[in-house]
Amino acid sequence: MSGPSNYVPKSGFEKWLDTRLPVVRFAYDTMIDFPTPKNLNYWYTFGGILAVCLATQIITGIVLAMHYVPHIDYAFNSVERIMRDVNYGWLIRNIHMVGASMFFLAVYIHMFRGLYYGSYKAPREVLWGLGVIIFLLMIITAFMGYVLPWGQMSFWGATVITNLVGAVPFVGEPIVTWLWGGYSVDNATLNRFFALHYLLPFVIAGMVVLHIWALHVPGNNNPTGVEVQDVKAETVPFHPYYTIKDGFAISVFLMIFAGFVFFAPNVLGHTDNYIPANPMVTPAHIVPEWYLLPFYAILRAIDFNILFIDAKFGGVLFMMGSILILLALPWLDTSKIKSMRYRPVAKLCWILFAVNFMVLGLCGAMPAEAPWTHISKICTFFYFAYFVIILPVLGVVEKPMTPPASIADSIKPHAGPRDSGQAIPVPAE
Amino acid sequence: MSNTAEAAAGDNPSRRDMLHLATGAAAAGGAAMFAWPLIHQMNPAADTAALASVEQDVSTVAEGSQLKITWRGKPLFIRHRTAAEIEQAKKDDSATLRDAQTDEERAQKAPYLIMLAACTHLGCIPVGIDEAGYEGDFGGWFCPCHGSHYDTSGRIRQGPAPKNLEIPPYEYVSDTVVKIG
Repeated sequence: MSGPSNYVPKSGFEKWLDTRLPVVRFAYDTMIDFPTPKNLNYWYTFGGILAVCLATQIITGIVLAMHYVPHIDYAFNSVERIMRDVNYGWLIRNIHMVGASMFFLAVYIHMFRGLYYGSYKAPREVLWGLGVIIFLLMIITAFMGYVLPWGQMSFWGATVITNLVGAVPFVGEPIVTWLWGGYSVDNATLNRFFALHYLLPFVIAGMVVLHIWALHVPGNNNPTGVEVQDVKAETVPFHPYYTIKDGFAISVFLMIFAGFVFFAPNVLGHTDNYIPANPMVTPAHIVPEWYLLPFYAILRAIDFNILFIDAKFGGVLFMMGSILILLALPWLDTSKIKSMRYRPVAKLCWILFAVNFMVLGLCGAMPAEAPWTHISKICTFFYFAYFVIILPVLGVVEKPMTPPASIADSIKPHAGPRDSGQAIPVPAE
Repeated sequence: MSNTAEAAAGDNPSRRDMLHLATGAAAAGGAAMFAWPLIHQMNPAADTAALASVEQDVSTVAEGSQLKITWRGKPLFIRHRTAAEIEQAKKDDSATLRDAQTDEERAQKAPYLIMLAACTHLGCIPVGIDEAGYEGDFGGWFCPCHGSHYDTSGRIRQGPAPKNLEIPPYEYVSDTVVKIG
């Protein structure tokens, strides 16, 4: 979508600057004049929502770092001091804490949107891959952030997750010691987690720049999955059309966000994290934050040896694999049709995949005993089957409907599947 | 070496090629050498490593009870086993064991079983037989996190953990004082 620039410098200063550092031209081309398909629905507003989430986390995080003390003797109390004594500390900390959940809520919708409309397919493989890397960085950042208040869940979550690395044959144990900076999760661990928790959001921000760059080269995908053919007829400038649409969606999202911040800041967390960390007592039931539960369930589902791989390492491989397989997705899905609007069987599988993902989340929250252990095994199988069996095979055997010849066709009042008497496909998220 | 172009490039490197290679090699070597301090700084610092041994008088632990002390920042069990428990542990030497070890290999002095209090699955603290929440089937320890069962010798018998509870390096410096680490 990056074409010739339509920017015309108006004032003398703009003309002078444009021949020296054309930042205004860059901003105009990417944020104002950028041609965007006319037919984007509200599922396409989550990119903008996510940008707001990242900015919110960085701003509140920097402020929290001015009051937080990364030391095992003071960390818990410094967070309590922020909540009780620091001016508006309760507000800033609640926004940061709820913000993590909101960030993941938005990113899951954003990713499932991409899965539904085939946004990962050529020519957007790099765009999708950068997104997967951002998601991975978000998980690592969120995990480290959760350790900082130094409550019971912080401590034992950190112990369990860092111990996962120990499952790697031969080098696992030395790597765990290296991660800890000692022989258990301790002050050195807390200190470095704080340093990295501060660093990684800026790495994410850098990746987001690349993500948006990779978006602006081919341009947005759209619900039909048909590429823009006539820029004039099928696109509108990003501003004001999508700044308004995104702005409205962001406002609604922030209302839900504020609802949690002011009325239920702790409902998404775990009460055990208000007990100071105690290395001598393990909580009866260790669970991660809700947004990591599906992956935790996959980790626990592998409780049997696979050939020469023991159960512990197998769980780690499957958990990592469940995220990394997304990188291969553009090449696993063999269908030429992008949007699942025109792929009835794939659409059904996508719905099952989304439901399956939520059931995995439920399994992750439950104790590791029957029937949950069996359900998580079945769900883990389906999770991987969707990528390595269903999508590769469906692309060959499925008989898709015919997508509109162009976006322009699809938005003409008399044509296109929207008006052919069918229900409008809406992602089930 | 029949090809003259190849000969020119391969056999007759110019001084510039040589400088190019040497500069690149020096930069790569320098970067690798400087990377090591940046990586190694995350390993346990000297003071952390220095605190890595403790002494304990085991005679203070009554028979049939267990002492929990801290070593290297994590808890450690010193269990004074009853005669029945020792007998059970020795009998289990011949049971099917996932991580085969005899009781003799695990306790230098049979009454005192000294082990890390960290489940070998993901590091939770197992619950002892006399403690609340014990649900084990083998009379030793039970991990509440993911349900691993350990016997009276701290050997893994059932559940996801791959190994027996780890025995730290220790020695008796006198009849009753043990030095761990």
